[in-house]
Amino acid sequence: MDSVNNTTSPAPSRISKTRSKVADFFLMLYRIYAFILRFFKEVFLPPYEFREIVRQCYEVGVRSFTLISLTGFIVGVIFTKQSRPSLTNFGAESWLPSLVSIAIMKALAPLVTALIAAGKVGSSIGAELGSMRVTEQIDAMEVSGTKPFKFLVCTRVIATTITIPLLATYTAFIALLGGYLNVSQNEGTSYATFMEQAFEPLTFVDFWASLSKAIVFGFTIGIVGCYQGYNSTKGTEGVGKAANGAVVTAMFLVFIEEVLIVQIAGWFR
Amino acid sequence: MEKKKANIDRNNGVIKLRGVEKSFADYDVLRGIDLDLYQGENLVVLGRSGTGKSVLIKLISGLLSPDAGTIEVLGNEVTTITERELEELRIRIGFSFQNSALYDSMTVRKNLEFPLVRNRKNITRAEIDKNVQEVLEAVGLSQTINQMPAELSGGQRKRIGIARTLILNPEIMLYDEPTAGLDPITCIEINELINEVQERYNTSSIIITHDLTCAKMTGDRIAMLLDGQFQRVGAFEEVFATTDPRVTPFYDYNFIQ
Repeated sequence: MDSVNNTTSPAPSRISKTRSKVADFFLMLYRIYAFILRFFKEVFLPPYEFREIVRQCYEVGVRSFTLISLTGFIVGVIFTKQSRPSLTNFGAESWLPSLVSIAIMKALAPLVTALIAAGKVGSSIGAELGSMRVTEQIDAMEVSGTKPFKFLVCTRVIATTITIPLLATYTAFIALLGGYLNVSQNEGTSYATFMEQAFEPLTFVDFWASLSKAIVFGFTIGIVGCYQGYNSTKGTEGVGKAANGAVVTAMFLVFIEEVLIVQIAGWFR
Repeated sequence: MEKKKANIDRNNGVIKLRGVEKSFADYDVLRGIDLDLYQGENLVVLGRSGTGKSVLIKLISGLLSPDAGTIEVLGNEVTTITERELEELRIRIGFSFQNSALYDSMTVRKNLEFPLVRNRKNITRAEIDKNVQEVLEAVGLSQTINQMPAELSGGQRKRIGIARTLILNPEIMLYDEPTAGLDPITCIEINELINEVQERYNTSSIIITHDLTCAKMTGDRIAMLLDGQFQRVGAFEEVFATTDPRVTPFYDYNFIQ
């Protein structure tokens, strides 16, 4: 009887722990929602901090540029290389440029850019604002009659919302370049033919869906990073948690948004 | 070491706290405190770590909200004013943080300009430069203007933190542990600076500390926070003329007899 009790007793505690973690997660989503409402309430009010927005755009772009260039190119090359044998089996190698462009434009470019930006930019925003919170720099802005939310949060969210779609467009270009180099080397396809075949199956809706995704991903990465950092507590440990939380939550939300936007774009086709 | 007599207007209370309570989780930090700060006065709040000294000035500046009680600052009830009114009130209050809270991504110049350009509409470049130069001279650190906060010593950071609050010409100064973590000579320099600020800018100040030298050098009046309430308020000698075992260790530790 004792042994039965011993083996069954941890189960409810595990269930309640899981339940509490799920509840915490939804509570956090609610708080992010409230944070978003505050963003929209403040973003249209002066001062507009244009100089800081430009500085943040530069920071976001520069921080991710090298990694995105490298990753985009590799994704293009690898995807083309891995897709070739399957198409060859059906005698459809000539469809390779179309397949590569559809995959890159519709899914890979915005998604890869968002995941890299979540890691590089989201964590950096989380850590930076978290550190400012625990060293009372945000309080110092507050008590000097300035608007820290406006200066720190609105500028960063605007910057990621503008810059990440630009980076996603750049990633698409670099990945297509990687795909073209691989196709050109193996099939001897010319640049003009590759591009013609690559863009032929794509529609206006595809471009808009891709761009919309990148805008939503950019906004998500900015808002989650800022939320985690701005609400950071518990000293240096809190800074680490803010950086980590920014990456994990942003990636999770990016995947959910990917599914939703693909579904919505499907209705317009 | 003794403080010069300040010009205090005891008919003009700039801060009035009545029945202020604040708890964190199950811990009652402030238990119905009453306090008055008069125009031109330096009031030192003494107390052990964790007794709510910093909480007190965060309540006054509106960074925290009290659970009960009223907080009147320069005629404004902090607990009921609008966000806009609170922003305007905060411009009249200078807050010097324990760790200085300098913006570490900005130079000293940018740190000082930051509150100025955001609170003074239509200020010219020449006026900004003049104001920055003035406050840097007031704290004796003109040479650091282009340095980053990370390049400054602890004492210099404190001074720049004070300069950043002075640039808005505050009527009230709130100092949170101004001498914490500094060597004795730098502590004396900071204490002298607090007195200079009182004289030159005609400020009323609350100085949070557990450094009795700081209390003696800067305080016109001392308020001792014990068990969530002000138990002893008065001149330095009056506060320590006691055998209360909660008070005597402060004196014994700071001035070994």
